[in-house]
Amino acid sequence: MTEAVFYIFAAVAVLGAAMCVLQRSAVSSLVWLLTTMFALAAIFVLLQAELLGVLQVLVYVGAILVLFLFVVMLLNVDALRQYSRGAVSTAAAVAIGGLLLVELFAIWRYTPARLAAELAQSPQMASDLALAFPAASTNAEAIATRGIVGAVAAPMFQTYLVPFEITSILLLVALVGAVVLAKKRL
Amino acid sequence: MPTATLAQEAVVMPTGAISLLWLTVLLPFAGFLFNGILSLRRSTSKAAVSVVGPAVLIAAFAVAVAAFFQLQGLHPEAPIVLRYWTWMPVGDFQIEMALQYDQLSAIMLLVVTGVGSLIHLFSIGYMKADEGYARFFAYLNLFVAFMLVLVLGASYPVLFIGWEGVGLCSYLLIGFWFTVKPNADAGFKAFLANRIGDFGFLVAMFTLYHVAGALDFVTVNQWLLANPQLVDTGIVTTIALFFFLGCTGKSAQIPLYTWLPDAMAGPTPVSALIHAATMVTAGVYLVARSNVLFAMSEAASIVVAGVGALTALFAATIGLRQYDIKKVLAYSTVSQLGYMFIAVGTGAYVAGIFHLVTHAFFKALLFLGSGSVIHVMHEALHATHSHADAQDMRNMGGLRRWMPTTFWLMLLATLAIAGIPPFSGFFSKDEILAFAFARGEASPVFYVFYGMGLLAALLTAIYMARLMAMTFFGENRTGAAEQQHLHEAPAIMTWPLIVLGVLSVIGGAINLPHFVGGNEWLHHWLEPVTGAGHALPWVAGLHLPEGATEYALIGIAVLVGVFGLWFGMRSTLARAIPTPDAAPPERGFARVLANKYWVDEIYDRFIVRPVVGLSRGFLWKFMDKGLIDGAAVNGPAWISRHVLGKAGSLLQNGQVGLYLIFFMLGALWILRVALG
Amino acid sequence: MAPDLLGPALALSAVLFSIGAAGVLLRRSAIVLFMCIEIMLNAVNLAFIALALLHGVAGHIMVFFVMTVAAAEAAVGLAIILVVFRHKQSVDLQHVNLLRG
Repeated sequence: MTEAVFYIFAAVAVLGAAMCVLQRSAVSSLVWLLTTMFALAAIFVLLQAELLGVLQVLVYVGAILVLFLFVVMLLNVDALRQYSRGAVSTAAAVAIGGLLLVELFAIWRYTPARLAAELAQSPQMASDLALAFPAASTNAEAIATRGIVGAVAAPMFQTYLVPFEITSILLLVALVGAVVLAKKRL
Repeated sequence: MPTATLAQEAVVMPTGAISLLWLTVLLPFAGFLFNGILSLRRSTSKAAVSVVGPAVLIAAFAVAVAAFFQLQGLHPEAPIVLRYWTWMPVGDFQIEMALQYDQLSAIMLLVVTGVGSLIHLFSIGYMKADEGYARFFAYLNLFVAFMLVLVLGASYPVLFIGWEGVGLCSYLLIGFWFTVKPNADAGFKAFLANRIGDFGFLVAMFTLYHVAGALDFVTVNQWLLANPQLVDTGIVTTIALFFFLGCTGKSAQIPLYTWLPDAMAGPTPVSALIHAATMVTAGVYLVARSNVLFAMSEAASIVVAGVGALTALFAATIGLRQYDIKKVLAYSTVSQLGYMFIAVGTGAYVAGIFHLVTHAFFKALLFLGSGSVIHVMHEALHATHSHADAQDMRNMGGLRRWMPTTFWLMLLATLAIAGIPPFSGFFSKDEILAFAFARGEASPVFYVFYGMGLLAALLTAIYMARLMAMTFFGENRTGAAEQQHLHEAPAIMTWPLIVLGVLSVIGGAINLPHFVGGNEWLHHWLEPVTGAGHALPWVAGLHLPEGATEYALIGIAVLVGVFGLWFGMRSTLARAIPTPDAAPPERGFARVLANKYWVDEIYDRFIVRPVVGLSRGFLWKFMDKGLIDGAAVNGPAWISRHVLGKAGSLLQNGQVGLYLIFFMLGALWILRVALG
Repeated sequence: MAPDLLGPALALSAVLFSIGAAGVLLRRSAIVLFMCIEIMLNAVNLAFIALALLHGVAGHIMVFFVMTVAAAEAAVGLAIILVVFRHKQSVDLQHVNLLRG
């Protein structure tokens, strides 16, 4: 059942992405992107990342895409006469896209079965993993103990505190930067 | 028949004068530094230089004398080698900075320091008025230092240091007045000719090392004697001939003699010291030192003797028609050196050294005497602002009235060089010719050499008499106004001449032959050095002719000398001698001689110009400018700029799209590497 | 159950990433280019979340940060586009070649 839902949303996401890339009008692209993001939010929830699903909708769709929309409307950019960058670029796009697809399928090997087998074979890998991912209690367990938000919050404010703070500074910088760049007169 | 062996070198490090041998080299070198520094200062007191310059030489001579007497007391059979430090340790090959003192070095040391001291004293007077006084003595001291390294060296490389060093000093001194271009050219010519000889020397050294594995005299001689199968083989002949090429350069034999007459452009003391007494004799010394090597190769020795004979005759003919007093003496030197090579080529190494010593005496005397004459002539012509050539004999004449001392001394030297008994030259020259004649029994070609030598002796007497006649006899052609300024040379210049005169007269005493009751002292003295060479098969049978042959040879030699002198005087004084301006152009064979057989011109046309042309046209234009500068240096630069640069700039067209493509390609690549 | 979705989720991530990459190389308009970049970022987020099923909450935290940075980047990027638009009166990338050397 879950799988069927997944596949439906996956199809929507792919369709949305494809149409976003291929649409001539900027606004149309935007709308299709919106669709893709909603679909992805749904998939996030399916993958037991409920918090992130909600955040996707709130932040990505609600803020970032709206920002895009504002800019598009403000600048009144719409369709360009020629929407691709030329034959070379089209060829490159197809070729590189295809190659990327092929390469990325290599990630497929990290299926759970394979991973479990590798872990069983080398304890070294298990300890490496523990080192790499300090907050490595599995999802379900974490949600069970602390709830959806708590599962993320605890490591965030303990292990990953410093990146968190840096990110906040980053946001400040981005804020100031955007204002400075966009002002007509300083 | 003595066996051909060589005693092991003396292991004992002697005390006394011999251990101070290094002083003889270091003292002149210190003199060079002192005088050299003084010469760099603007105004120098000549007094300091006049004291230090000759003083270091006299001190070196004192050491030489003391060492000689010590050696005489020691009577060693083997050379005393004084090792100071290892110069080139390269794997198995070790060259040490070592000096070798044996009977031959002793003689050479005495000659160089003794005659050198006299010439230094002479120079005080001769160069008095010159600006470069300090520089002159600096170079002269340096020369002596190098010459001593040459004669005292214990191995071929150390000898070569001295060899090259004297070549350098010769260049510096010939071109002493280098602001006049011909003088600088003469110095350059000397250096180049010597360089060709040096090439021969180097090849010989390399070959010798390749076969023998060592280059110091003691070891090489031992090795040669231990391999008697090498006698008359190609390798020994090759080494000997290449060494001889070096000798033709340094000792001015055919074909590399052309630098010596031009070297007369230098100050006369230089001509006396370097180009008469010491440097040019280095070749003879080399052959004498390598007597084992040369005695092992009959072919090489015949070549040496042959070239010597030819040069002796050839140069003597040219001397007959030269008008510059120094040029006559220069060709005379070339000719006399030829005699020395006849001697060492015949296997009579002692005779060669004997003539070297006596020649040093009388030739130095002749040069210094001519120097006095030129000095006085120069002053006289300068006083009347005449532009006549002070060295041209046609401007002289009857000078014995004004310069009696010089005249008498030069007369003594002339008699010596002409081979008149009992002067020194007679004994040495006669011995050479006698040995050549004796060798003719085994190799008939030596009869030819004897004949050439005899003819050269005749011509020597003729041109020397001509020189004396034109300079000191007859009526004076200098001019009435100049005559008042003619006078004898100052005492500082005449006293060295007197000493040399005495030596020219009694110098024969060092090797008086048996028939006059002498004990052939030099022959016995040099026995430890030349004995090995004498024992080798080719030389072994050589001994002076006895009895009737001996007296006949002596008689012929004396007759030739006397006749030559008389003929020279008669023919020169028979006609009035025109001054250079009024002289008619030469005709016939005289013209050939006056132009020295056009050898310089031939060399220039057939050797120098093609080489220069090749160097300029091919080596410089094509290889250096074209290949190396153009292709190898400028080429990559041009490629970088016009090919790689242009290609590079195509990648930077500012198009974001292009950048993105490369970006993605890079990401693809990294992904591939990361995922394996 | 959810771990069974790992494979398909990763596959979906790959597909989306490729589509986004193709779009980046293809489109002429700067704004649409940005959108394609957003697609790529989302694909990566999906991958992180999928792998979090195996390796724990660290994946979610990563996504958190990615989203934040994406937001910052979008803001600044759009500001830049704005400034360029003021100069060139268009967002056509072919006209933006000031880095030409």
